[in-house]
Amino acid sequence: MSMQAQLDRRAAVAVLLKNRKDTLVVSGLGSPTYDLHSVGDHDGNFYLWGAMGGAALIGLGLAQAQPGKRVLALTGDGEQLMGLGGLATIGVARPRNLDIVVIDNQHFGETGMQASHTGRGVDLTAIAVACGFAATGTVRTLEEVQRLAAQIAELAEGPRLFVIKVLAENPPRSLPSRDAVFIKNRFRAHLGFAAA
Amino acid sequence: MHSPQPNPDTRASDDWPSELYRILKAADVRQMSYVPDAGHSQLIRMFSADPGVTTNVLTTEEEGIAIAAGAWLGGQRSVLLMQSSGVGNCINMLSLSAIGRFPLLMLVTMRGEWAEFNPWQVPMSRATQPSLEAIGLKVMRAETPEDLVETVEAAAALAYDSDQQIAVLIGQRLIGKKKW
Repeated sequence: MSMQAQLDRRAAVAVLLKNRKDTLVVSGLGSPTYDLHSVGDHDGNFYLWGAMGGAALIGLGLAQAQPGKRVLALTGDGEQLMGLGGLATIGVARPRNLDIVVIDNQHFGETGMQASHTGRGVDLTAIAVACGFAATGTVRTLEEVQRLAAQIAELAEGPRLFVIKVLAENPPRSLPSRDAVFIKNRFRAHLGFAAA
Repeated sequence: MHSPQPNPDTRASDDWPSELYRILKAADVRQMSYVPDAGHSQLIRMFSADPGVTTNVLTTEEEGIAIAAGAWLGGQRSVLLMQSSGVGNCINMLSLSAIGRFPLLMLVTMRGEWAEFNPWQVPMSRATQPSLEAIGLKVMRAETPEDLVETVEAAAALAYDSDQQIAVLIGQRLIGKKKW
């Protein structure tokens, strides 16, 4: 039923973040964390190595604390599926500076590539629509990712969720620091907050 | 539900929700998230009416752990309200607060421990403190309004000034004194 995805996840994330400017990025457990690191470490990145289901909600707390900055939660289908209720919470909170981008390979890539729900008919964008998100979409080519990057750089009326369908493969890991205290303090310093 | 009855013995200290609101505002809390509990209803109303605080109603309690971490990354202090049954939902997400040494203040109203009418509240009630401690939180507990106000003030300082992860358990005996 679904078209076979052809897109390379690393190429997609590289295009998505090419002109990120001062966008703050939270990456979900697993491949999205490696993808984010692979395009260049950045003080405005917060990488998750756990807390599955939490990426978009960390993005929400951050977006609410920093209404003048754009916040991107970059996560995977498995991670977002574990936080489906959070889409309702975000829909109600209605932040205008939060985007969720799901790198969707329709599999649980970290644990042996078992098929996930998104390859079996579950549509995260439809769930986001039902939760009141301001915009949603699914993209499958690099050209579409390029247009998506331009779209999310523009102001929004509310939270947005986009799915990038990618090939199910595990490119070589690109590992950021697993020291969450270090990453946290670096992130806060980037925003001008001194370590206590 | 009982209808409210005038209580001739009401003292200022019985208005502990107002005291908690005052303390949390003084601690510069800017975000509050919650899964409702009757015992928290007044505090929820007060925060929801406050334009200086962003409130989030949650579908499940662990969402609030993630929101609190995000708020801190962005320079704001957050407080999370729930009842004891919700603590079980939080456990894996608390890895984030524990390993990242994120300030965390949870106020947990206890069910299932004092004149409880719903037996389904009892198992998670029994597991609340041990499971929080197992994942690395410091648990503080209050049984009287006076003790609660003092405890939350100390807990807020520990959380926000000393980067600790604190759950304050509000005894059901204390909650039960109110008519709701």
